[in-house]
Amino acid sequence: MTQNSASKLLNGDALHRTKQDKKAGGNGFVKNRCLFQQKRYRRPAEKNHHASCTLLYKKTFVESFEETPLLVAVLTYMGYGILTIFGYLRDFLRDWKFEKCHLAREREEQKDFVPLYQDFENFYTRNLYMRIRDNWNRPICSVPGAKMDLVERVTPDYNWTFEHTGNVLKDVINMGSYNYLGFAENTGTCADAASECTVKYGVGVSSTRQEIGNLDKHKELEKLVARFLGVESSMAFGMGFATNSMNIPALTGKGGLILSDELNHVSLVLGARLSGSTIRVFKHNNMQNLEKLLRDAIVHGQPRTHRPWKKILILVEGIYSMEGSILRLPEVIALKKKYKAYLYLDEAHSIGALGPRGRGVVDYFGLDPSDVDIMMGTFTKSFGAAGGYIGGKKELIDYLCLHSHSAVHATSMSPPITQQIITSMKCIMGEDGTTLGQERLCQLSENTTYFRRRLHEMGFIIYGNNDSPVVPLMLYMPAKIGAFGREMLKRNIGTVVVGFPATPIIESRARFCVSAAHTREMLDKALNAISEVGDLLQLKYSRKNRHGSEGTDCFSFLESHQD
Amino acid sequence: MYFHYCGIPILIFFCERVKIYRRNNAISHNKLLFQCFYNRCSAPAYHLILEGILILWIIRLLFSKTYKLQERSDLTEKEKEELIEEWQPEPLVPLVSKDHPSLSYDVVTGPPSHRIIVNGKECINFASFNFLGLLDSERVKLKALSSLKKYGVGTCGPRGFYGTFDVHLELEERLAKFMRTEEAIIYSYGFATIASAIPAYSKRGDIVFVDEAACFSIQKGLQASRSFVKYFKHNDMEDLERLLKEQEIEDQKNPRKARVIRRFIVVEGLYINAADICPLPELVKLKYKYKVRIFLEESMSFGVLGEHGRGVTEHFGVNIDDIDLISANMENALASIGGFCCGRSFVIDHQRLSGQGYCFSASLPPMLASAAIEALNIMEEDPGNNIYIHKNKCILPSSLIYGGFCRTPGLKTVGEPLTPALHLQLENSTGSRTNDLKLLRAIVDYSLDRQIALTLARYLDKEERFLPPPSIRVVVTVEQTQEEMEKAAQCIREAAVKILK
Repeated sequence: MTQNSASKLLNGDALHRTKQDKKAGGNGFVKNRCLFQQKRYRRPAEKNHHASCTLLYKKTFVESFEETPLLVAVLTYMGYGILTIFGYLRDFLRDWKFEKCHLAREREEQKDFVPLYQDFENFYTRNLYMRIRDNWNRPICSVPGAKMDLVERVTPDYNWTFEHTGNVLKDVINMGSYNYLGFAENTGTCADAASECTVKYGVGVSSTRQEIGNLDKHKELEKLVARFLGVESSMAFGMGFATNSMNIPALTGKGGLILSDELNHVSLVLGARLSGSTIRVFKHNNMQNLEKLLRDAIVHGQPRTHRPWKKILILVEGIYSMEGSILRLPEVIALKKKYKAYLYLDEAHSIGALGPRGRGVVDYFGLDPSDVDIMMGTFTKSFGAAGGYIGGKKELIDYLCLHSHSAVHATSMSPPITQQIITSMKCIMGEDGTTLGQERLCQLSENTTYFRRRLHEMGFIIYGNNDSPVVPLMLYMPAKIGAFGREMLKRNIGTVVVGFPATPIIESRARFCVSAAHTREMLDKALNAISEVGDLLQLKYSRKNRHGSEGTDCFSFLESHQD
Repeated sequence: MYFHYCGIPILIFFCERVKIYRRNNAISHNKLLFQCFYNRCSAPAYHLILEGILILWIIRLLFSKTYKLQERSDLTEKEKEELIEEWQPEPLVPLVSKDHPSLSYDVVTGPPSHRIIVNGKECINFASFNFLGLLDSERVKLKALSSLKKYGVGTCGPRGFYGTFDVHLELEERLAKFMRTEEAIIYSYGFATIASAIPAYSKRGDIVFVDEAACFSIQKGLQASRSFVKYFKHNDMEDLERLLKEQEIEDQKNPRKARVIRRFIVVEGLYINAADICPLPELVKLKYKYKVRIFLEESMSFGVLGEHGRGVTEHFGVNIDDIDLISANMENALASIGGFCCGRSFVIDHQRLSGQGYCFSASLPPMLASAAIEALNIMEEDPGNNIYIHKNKCILPSSLIYGGFCRTPGLKTVGEPLTPALHLQLENSTGSRTNDLKLLRAIVDYSLDRQIALTLARYLDKEERFLPPPSIRVVVTVEQTQEEMEKAAQCIREAAVKILK
C-alpha cells in the first residue's frame, strides 16, 4: 500500500520534473528535486494544514493551530512581566526577612559549600509556580478511570505546604489521565488476570533479563506485541521513559546524525544526547524542513571532517502530547525511503488510541509497519499498565537483546503488569472472543470527534488534529492557568493545565485526554463546565467561523465521517 | 564565517590613502575628514570618477547578501542528487550471529523465587537479588492484591497529572521515616533513579569524582549531566584525595570560577561490580575537608547492611545527614519495582521538578508501591535485628558462604564476607574474554543441571567505562538453608574441577 502510494507520488513528481526539465531545458538546470515543495519556513498566520500531498493521504488530514490573537499575546507578556516584578519584590522582602521564607534551607554545616542551586534557577519555581502549585500532583485515591476520587488538600501558607483534610472529593470526572481505551480498571478480565498472576508470581523479579529475570510471561508478551504491531519481533522494557533513553544509544553513536522533531518528548531528547550522535532539530511536523535537513546532511556530510554520515535516524512521535498533532507519517516514510534514513517512531500516545484497529499511527494511515524501522511505544497509556516496547525486524531485536542497556542492567518487568498488558492487548485484538476492544476503539474515536467539535463550536482555540484524543485548549495567560484548574475542580472535573517550560512561554494551555470510558453524559457535563469557565475567564478566543460551512472546512469531513 | 573577500584590499587601499594625507599635510585627526573632502574637490576629474566608483563598489559590497563558506560548494542540483543517490548508510544494526552465546536468554518458568525453574529445570535460586526473600512473601502478595482491587494496575499519568496516588505519598513518608531522613522521593524504575538524580544537580561545568567500579546507571547519569568526571581508583581514598588536592590547586588559580563549580563524590555503598563496601567514614572526612557533596547509591546495601537494614550509613554509624543524597532501588531487598532517593528536603525536593525520570515518566503502579510498603513493614517488625544480618550471623557462619566458594580450585572469590552478591572469577584467564565467558558459562550450565541456578554477571562490553573481568555472580539470600549452601559450594567445586582442569 505504502509503496504504491509512495511510488505514485514519486512518479507524479518525476512527471512533474520532466516537464520542468523541458522548460528549463536551455541550461539543463533542474530547479526542484525535492519531494515536497521547498519554501522558506515561517509561522503562517493560520496554520490549517490541509494535506498538501493528497496522493499520500486517504482521508482528510486536518490539523489546526489557530494563531494567537495579538492582544492576547501582548497581555500574556504583560502578565509575565507583572509576575516577575512582584517576584523580585517578594525576593527582596524575603532577603530582608520582612516575609517568611518557607523554602528548605541548607544545613549550617554546609553553608560554606558551593551552593547546590543558583539563586535564579529557582526564581520561576518560587514566584510563579508556587502560586498555582495546587493544580499539579493532586493525589488521587481510586482507579484513574473515567471518574476518580481525589484527596482533598488545603494549604495554610499559599501552597508552600499541603495538609490533607481527610475528606475525599468523590467522582471527579477525569479528563487528565492517559486512559484512552479505559483499561484503567479494578474489575473485569484484566484486573482478574493480573490478580491471578500476582498470586502465582509475586510482584517483583529482582534480576535483569539477561541474567535470570527472563520470565515466560515476558516472552509471551513480546510475541503478542510483535503480532499486534505486525512486525517480526519485539522486546518489552520496564519503563517507557527508559525505553527511549536507554535504547537509542544502542542504535546510533558517534558519526551518526539524529534528526529530531522540536517537540519530541524529553526521553527521546535524552536518548539522543546519550547516544553521542550529532543532533539536528526540525520544525514541528514540518516536512519541508525535514527534507531540507536531510538533503543538507547527505550533501555536506559531517561538519569539519566532511565524511559522510554513518547513518541518519529520524526521531518522531505518533501523537504529540502537548500539541495534539498527529505525525505526517506518509510523508516521513516517503522521505525516509528517498534519503535512506532510518525511522524511529515513538507511539507513546498513539498506540491503542489511533487507527481503526488501535495499532497506532501506522494503522491510522493504513501503512505497512515494515516501513518503520523502529516502532517504539509505551504500555502506560492505552493499556493501563506500565513499561514500553520496541518492535521491528528480527535483526534489530536480536541486536537489542545483546546491547540494550536495560536488558543488561535494569530489572525486568513486573509479572502482574505484564499480565495486564497481555490481557488488554488481546482484548483490543479481539482475541478474547469478545468485541469489547473494538467497541472501545469506536467509542474513543466517537468521543474524540464529539468533544473536539463541541469545544470548537463554543469558540475555544483548540490545537491539533481532529482525530487526536489529546485536546489542548489554549489559555495563554499565566493567571488563567491556575484559575482554570481550580474552577474546573470546583465543578468536579479534573483537568491538566500546563504552562512554561512544558509549552512555549505564551502558549499555556489546558489539556484534555478523551477516553473510551467517558460516557456522553460525562462529556456533556465536562463541556458545560468548560463553557461556563470559559465565559468566566474569557477563554473563547477563536475568531474562526464557528458554525462554518466553508467548502473545505473540517466540519464537512467530520460530518461525512460520522455518517 | 562571513567573507567580503574583495572588501579587504579596498579598505587597505583607503587606509593607506588616509595615512599618506596625514603624513603629507601633518594635520590633526579631527580636521582630517574635512581636509580629505577639500583635497577631493581640487583633484582632477578622472580621479574623482575613479574614487566615486570605488565608493560605490564598497557600498555594494556592504549591502550585498552575505553567504556562508560551507554553502559555496558550487554543487549543482544534479550533483547533489547524485550525492544523495550515492550515499549508502551503514545498516541500522550490525548483524548478530544466530549462535551468539548471550542471545538465548535463560527462560524462567513460573515465579523467580527461591525455587526457580530455569530452562525447565527446577533449581535453588542463587542468582536473583531477592536478598530478604520478600518476593515470595504471602503478606506482600496480599497487600499488592488489595491494592490492585482498589486502584487497578496502571497509573495512566506522570506524578504531576493525576498520577500521584495516596500510596505513593505513604511510601515516600515511610521510606523517609525508615531511613531517618527528612524526605524521600520515589521513581518508577530502579535504573532511572540515580541516573536522573545526578543530572538534576550536577550540570555542565561541575565536577564529579567517581569510583572506577561505579555501576552502569551512575555512569549514564554522569553522561546525562555533561559534567566533568574524574575517576579515582576503586575504594582508594588516597587517589581520591590526590584528585581533590589537584582540584584545590586548580581552584586557587581561579577562585572566581571555583565559587560556582559544584563538586560531588558519587560512590556506591556496596559495589555491585566489585562486591565490597565503600569506606564511608573516610569519605565523609574528605567531604568536609574539601567541601564536596556525597551521593551514595545503595541498591545493593539497602536492607542488607546495618542493624536495621538502613545500609552503609548504619553499618558504619555515619550520621545520615552527612550524606547529601542516598539513592537505592526497591527491586532487590524490597522485591518490588522502582527506586527512591532520600536525604534532606533542601536536596530532595529539587528533584520533583528537575528529576527527569520523575517528572516525565508515568508513576509507579500503586500495587507495586503497596508491595514495597508491606515489605518495609516486614523489615521494620524485627526491631534491632535485620533479617539478613541475623541470618548471616547466626545460622550461616560466614566461613561457609565465603570459604565454601574460596576453596574452589581455579576460581577466585571477589568480595567481602558481608556482601550478599559475590563474584567468582577465573584464577587464570585464558587470555580471551569470549573463552573465559564460555568456561564460566559451562560451570553455570553444569550447576543448572544439578539444581543450582547461577548466572554470569552481564555487562555491555563496549559501553562500560571500566569493564570488570568476567565472573559468575552468586547471590546469598535468607531463604537458602545451610544444606543448600553446602550443596551449591560443592557443586561449583565439582564443576570447576571438571571444567577448568
